[in-house]
Amino acid sequence: MATVELSFTALPAHVRTARLVATAVARRSGVDESLLDEVRLAVGEACSRAVESHQLHCPAEPVRLALTDRAGRFEVEVTETCATGADDPGGSAAQPGAGSGSGPLTLDGAGLPAGLGIAVIESLADDVQISTTPAGTSIRMSWPAARPSR
Amino acid sequence: MDLKLDHHSKDGIEVVDVEGEIDVYTAPRLRELLIELVNNRFYQLVVNMEKVEFLDSTGLGVLVGGLKRVRAHDGSLDLVCTQERILKIFRITGLTKVFGIHDTVDEAIAARRAEK
Repeated sequence: MATVELSFTALPAHVRTARLVATAVARRSGVDESLLDEVRLAVGEACSRAVESHQLHCPAEPVRLALTDRAGRFEVEVTETCATGADDPGGSAAQPGAGSGSGPLTLDGAGLPAGLGIAVIESLADDVQISTTPAGTSIRMSWPAARPSR
Repeated sequence: MDLKLDHHSKDGIEVVDVEGEIDVYTAPRLRELLIELVNNRFYQLVVNMEKVEFLDSTGLGVLVGGLKRVRAHDGSLDLVCTQERILKIFRITGLTKVFGIHDTVDEAIAARRAEK
Protein backbone atom coordinates (compact mmCIF):
# COMPACT_ATOMS: atom_id res chain seq x y z
CA MET A 1 0.00 0.00 0.00
CA ALA A 2 1.09 3.56 -0.61
CA THR A 3 2.68 5.53 2.22
CA VAL A 4 0.23 8.36 1.62
CA GLU A 5 -2.79 8.42 -0.65
CA LEU A 6 -4.67 11.52 -1.66
CA SER A 7 -7.91 11.72 -3.56
CA PHE A 8 -9.07 15.15 -4.65
CA THR A 9 -11.88 16.78 -6.57
CA ALA A 10 -10.77 17.57 -10.11
CA LEU A 11 -10.37 21.30 -9.61
CA PRO A 12 -7.26 23.38 -10.43
CA ALA A 13 -7.32 24.84 -6.91
CA HIS A 14 -6.41 21.46 -5.42
CA VAL A 15 -3.32 20.88 -7.55
CA ARG A 16 -1.29 23.07 -5.20
CA THR A 17 -2.37 20.91 -2.24
CA ALA A 18 -1.25 17.81 -4.14
CA ARG A 19 2.16 19.41 -4.80
CA LEU A 20 2.58 20.36 -1.16
CA VAL A 21 1.68 16.90 0.11
CA ALA A 22 3.93 15.17 -2.44
CA THR A 23 6.87 17.40 -1.55
CA ALA A 24 6.37 16.84 2.18
CA VAL A 25 6.24 13.06 1.78
CA ALA A 26 9.25 13.11 -0.57
CA ARG A 27 11.24 14.99 2.05
CA ARG A 28 10.12 12.56 4.74
CA SER A 29 11.10 9.64 2.48
CA GLY A 30 14.66 10.95 2.18
CA VAL A 31 14.58 12.44 -1.30
CA ASP A 32 17.50 14.83 -1.56
CA GLU A 33 16.65 18.50 -1.03
CA SER A 34 18.10 19.30 -4.45
CA LEU A 35 15.46 17.05 -6.09
CA LEU A 36 12.42 18.38 -4.24
CA ASP A 37 11.76 21.14 -6.77
CA GLU A 38 11.73 18.51 -9.50
CA VAL A 39 9.26 16.37 -7.55
CA ARG A 40 7.06 19.42 -6.96
CA LEU A 41 7.03 20.39 -10.62
CA ALA A 42 6.54 16.88 -12.00
CA VAL A 43 3.68 16.12 -9.59
CA GLY A 44 2.11 19.49 -10.44
CA GLU A 45 2.31 18.76 -14.15
CA ALA A 46 0.81 15.28 -13.77
CA CYS A 47 -2.00 16.50 -11.52
CA SER A 48 -2.80 19.50 -13.74
CA ARG A 49 -3.08 17.19 -16.67
CA ALA A 50 -5.33 14.75 -14.79
CA VAL A 51 -7.57 17.58 -13.54
CA GLU A 52 -8.00 18.92 -17.04
CA SER A 53 -8.79 15.47 -18.39
CA HIS A 54 -11.34 14.86 -15.62
CA GLN A 55 -12.98 18.21 -16.22
CA LEU A 56 -13.52 17.18 -19.82
CA HIS A 57 -14.60 13.60 -19.26
CA CYS A 58 -15.77 13.00 -15.70
CA PRO A 59 -15.77 16.12 -13.50
CA ALA A 60 -17.49 14.35 -10.61
CA GLU A 61 -14.75 11.74 -10.22
CA PRO A 62 -11.68 12.40 -8.06
CA VAL A 63 -8.05 12.36 -9.17
CA ARG A 64 -5.90 9.96 -7.16
CA LEU A 65 -2.35 10.55 -6.03
CA ALA A 66 -0.38 7.74 -4.39
CA LEU A 67 2.98 8.40 -2.76
CA THR A 68 5.10 5.42 -1.80
CA ASP A 69 8.41 5.15 0.00
CA ARG A 70 9.72 1.83 -1.33
CA ALA A 71 13.18 0.31 -1.10
CA GLY A 72 15.20 3.43 -1.59
CA ARG A 73 12.82 4.97 -4.12
CA PHE A 74 10.13 7.56 -3.71
CA GLU A 75 7.35 6.63 -6.08
CA VAL A 76 4.47 8.82 -7.23
CA GLU A 77 1.42 7.67 -9.16
CA VAL A 78 -1.21 10.06 -10.48
CA THR A 79 -4.28 8.23 -11.71
CA GLU A 80 -7.33 9.32 -13.61
CA THR A 81 -10.45 7.56 -12.42
CA CYS A 82 -13.13 8.17 -15.01
CA ALA A 83 -15.55 5.34 -14.35
CA THR A 84 -17.16 5.79 -17.74
CA GLY A 85 -13.85 5.93 -19.53
CA ALA A 86 -12.09 8.92 -20.93
CA ASP A 87 -13.53 9.88 -24.27
CA ASP A 88 -10.33 10.08 -26.19
CA PRO A 89 -10.72 7.85 -29.21
CA GLY A 90 -7.25 8.54 -30.50
CA GLY A 91 -5.73 7.70 -27.18
CA SER A 92 -3.46 10.67 -27.67
CA ALA A 93 -3.62 11.67 -24.02
CA ALA A 94 -1.56 8.67 -23.09
CA GLN A 95 1.21 8.99 -25.59
CA PRO A 96 4.31 10.71 -24.36
CA GLY A 97 5.36 13.35 -26.80
CA ALA A 98 2.17 13.03 -28.79
CA GLY A 99 0.21 14.82 -26.13
CA SER A 100 -3.43 15.62 -25.75
CA GLY A 101 -5.31 18.52 -27.12
CA SER A 102 -6.83 18.80 -23.68
CA GLY A 103 -3.57 19.32 -21.79
CA PRO A 104 -3.06 22.33 -19.54
CA LEU A 105 -1.29 24.20 -22.30
CA THR A 106 -4.49 24.70 -24.22
CA LEU A 107 -5.58 27.03 -21.42
CA ASP A 108 -4.12 29.98 -23.22
CA GLY A 109 -4.44 28.76 -26.76
CA ALA A 110 -0.79 29.58 -26.89
CA GLY A 111 0.05 27.10 -29.60
CA LEU A 112 2.80 25.45 -27.60
CA PRO A 113 3.51 21.86 -28.52
CA ALA A 114 0.80 19.58 -27.17
CA GLY A 115 2.08 17.21 -24.53
CA LEU A 116 4.68 19.61 -23.22
CA GLY A 117 3.60 18.74 -19.67
CA ILE A 118 4.50 15.09 -20.30
CA ALA A 119 7.82 16.12 -21.82
CA VAL A 120 8.56 18.17 -18.71
CA ILE A 121 7.72 15.22 -16.47
CA GLU A 122 9.96 12.92 -18.48
CA SER A 123 12.86 15.29 -18.14
CA LEU A 124 12.40 15.66 -14.37
CA ALA A 125 11.92 12.10 -13.12
CA ASP A 126 14.42 9.26 -13.55
CA ASP A 127 11.80 6.72 -14.27
CA VAL A 128 8.45 7.57 -15.86
CA GLN A 129 5.80 5.07 -16.89
CA ILE A 130 2.62 6.15 -18.58
CA SER A 131 -0.21 3.72 -19.03
CA THR A 132 -3.76 3.92 -20.24
CA THR A 133 -6.78 2.15 -18.86
CA PRO A 134 -10.45 2.60 -19.70
CA ALA A 135 -10.54 4.97 -16.69
CA GLY A 136 -7.89 7.24 -18.15
CA THR A 137 -4.17 7.75 -17.90
CA SER A 138 -1.87 6.77 -15.09
CA ILE A 139 1.52 8.40 -14.69
CA ARG A 140 4.04 6.72 -12.43
CA MET A 141 7.37 8.33 -11.68
CA SER A 142 10.08 7.89 -9.08
CA TRP A 143 13.18 9.43 -7.57
CA PRO A 144 15.94 8.04 -5.38
CA ALA A 145 15.31 8.25 -1.64
CA ALA A 146 18.20 8.00 0.77
CA ARG A 147 16.53 6.28 3.67
CA PRO A 148 15.36 2.69 3.46
CA SER A 149 11.65 2.05 3.41
CA ARG A 150 9.96 1.91 6.80
CA MET B 1 1.05 31.24 -1.56
CA ASP B 2 -1.43 32.68 -4.01
CA LEU B 3 -0.52 34.85 -6.97
CA LYS B 4 -0.01 38.60 -6.59
CA LEU B 5 0.05 40.76 -9.70
CA ASP B 6 0.94 44.40 -10.10
CA HIS B 7 2.14 46.59 -12.94
CA HIS B 8 3.68 50.00 -13.48
CA SER B 9 5.27 52.01 -16.26
CA LYS B 10 9.00 52.56 -16.38
CA ASP B 11 10.79 54.34 -19.20
CA GLY B 12 7.86 53.73 -21.52
CA ILE B 13 7.75 50.01 -20.83
CA GLU B 14 5.06 48.31 -18.76
CA VAL B 15 6.59 46.22 -15.99
CA VAL B 16 4.45 43.40 -14.62
CA ASP B 17 5.48 42.25 -11.14
CA VAL B 18 4.48 38.68 -10.39
CA GLU B 19 4.72 37.14 -6.94
CA GLY B 20 3.77 33.65 -5.80
CA GLU B 21 2.85 30.54 -7.74
CA ILE B 22 1.85 30.37 -11.41
CA ASP B 23 0.02 27.13 -12.01
CA VAL B 24 -3.14 25.73 -13.55
CA TYR B 25 -5.22 27.55 -10.91
CA THR B 26 -3.60 30.98 -10.91
CA ALA B 27 -2.31 31.27 -14.50
CA PRO B 28 -5.68 32.50 -15.87
CA ARG B 29 -5.27 35.68 -13.76
CA LEU B 30 -1.89 36.41 -15.33
CA ARG B 31 -3.35 35.68 -18.76
CA GLU B 32 -6.20 38.13 -18.11
CA LEU B 33 -3.78 40.84 -17.02
CA LEU B 34 -1.60 40.39 -20.11
CA ILE B 35 -4.67 40.52 -22.35
CA GLU B 36 -5.89 43.64 -20.54
CA LEU B 37 -2.53 45.36 -21.01
CA VAL B 38 -2.44 44.54 -24.72
CA ASN B 39 -6.05 45.73 -25.08
CA ASN B 40 -4.93 48.99 -23.45
CA ARG B 41 -2.15 49.30 -26.04
CA PHE B 42 0.77 48.33 -23.84
CA TYR B 43 2.88 46.38 -26.29
CA GLN B 44 6.31 46.63 -24.63
CA LEU B 45 6.18 44.40 -21.57
CA VAL B 46 8.67 43.18 -19.00
CA VAL B 47 7.45 40.43 -16.67
CA ASN B 48 9.41 40.48 -13.43
CA MET B 49 9.47 36.92 -12.08
CA GLU B 50 11.99 37.39 -9.30
CA LYS B 51 9.33 36.67 -6.66
CA VAL B 52 7.75 33.74 -8.48
CA GLU B 53 7.99 30.62 -6.34
CA PHE B 54 6.58 28.09 -8.77
CA LEU B 55 5.96 27.98 -12.52
CA ASP B 56 4.58 25.07 -14.52
CA SER B 57 3.82 24.48 -18.19
CA THR B 58 0.44 26.19 -17.84
CA GLY B 59 2.25 29.35 -16.80
CA LEU B 60 4.66 28.95 -19.69
CA GLY B 61 1.67 28.73 -22.03
CA VAL B 62 0.32 32.00 -20.66
CA LEU B 63 3.68 33.75 -21.13
CA VAL B 64 4.00 32.44 -24.68
CA GLY B 65 0.43 33.54 -25.34
CA GLY B 66 1.33 37.02 -24.07
CA LEU B 67 4.40 37.09 -26.27
CA LYS B 68 2.34 36.20 -29.33
CA ARG B 69 -0.16 38.94 -28.54
CA VAL B 70 2.44 41.71 -28.18
CA ARG B 71 4.35 40.51 -31.23
CA ALA B 72 1.17 40.87 -33.24
CA HIS B 73 1.59 44.60 -32.54
CA ASP B 74 5.36 44.59 -33.12
CA GLY B 75 5.82 44.58 -29.36
CA SER B 76 7.97 42.59 -26.97
CA LEU B 77 7.70 40.57 -23.79
CA ASP B 78 10.91 40.10 -21.84
CA LEU B 79 11.38 38.29 -18.56
CA VAL B 80 13.38 39.04 -15.44
CA CYS B 81 14.43 35.91 -13.61
CA THR B 82 17.58 34.71 -11.85
CA GLN B 83 16.12 31.81 -9.88
CA GLU B 84 17.53 28.51 -11.01
CA ARG B 85 14.38 26.54 -10.16
CA ILE B 86 12.29 28.76 -12.40
CA LEU B 87 14.88 29.01 -15.17
CA LYS B 88 15.06 25.23 -15.30
CA ILE B 89 11.62 24.81 -16.88
CA PHE B 90 12.51 27.40 -19.53
CA ARG B 91 15.64 25.40 -20.35
CA ILE B 92 13.83 22.04 -20.38
CA THR B 93 11.27 23.35 -22.83
CA GLY B 94 13.73 25.30 -24.98
CA LEU B 95 11.96 28.57 -24.23
CA THR B 96 15.20 30.31 -23.25
CA LYS B 97 15.56 30.85 -27.00
CA VAL B 98 12.12 32.40 -27.29
CA PHE B 99 12.20 34.90 -24.42
CA GLY B 100 14.75 37.52 -23.55
CA ILE B 101 15.60 36.60 -19.95
CA HIS B 102 17.41 39.21 -17.87
CA ASP B 103 18.81 39.57 -14.37
CA THR B 104 17.13 42.86 -13.50
CA VAL B 105 14.25 45.03 -14.70
CA ASP B 106 16.69 47.80 -15.58
CA GLU B 107 18.75 45.39 -17.66
CA ALA B 108 15.62 44.17 -19.47
CA ILE B 109 14.57 47.74 -20.25
CA ALA B 110 18.07 48.71 -21.37
CA ALA B 111 18.27 45.67 -23.66
CA ARG B 112 14.91 46.50 -25.18
CA ARG B 113 15.88 50.12 -25.74
CA ALA B 114 19.15 49.06 -27.37
CA GLU B 115 17.18 47.04 -29.92
CA LYS B 116 15.02 49.97 -30.94
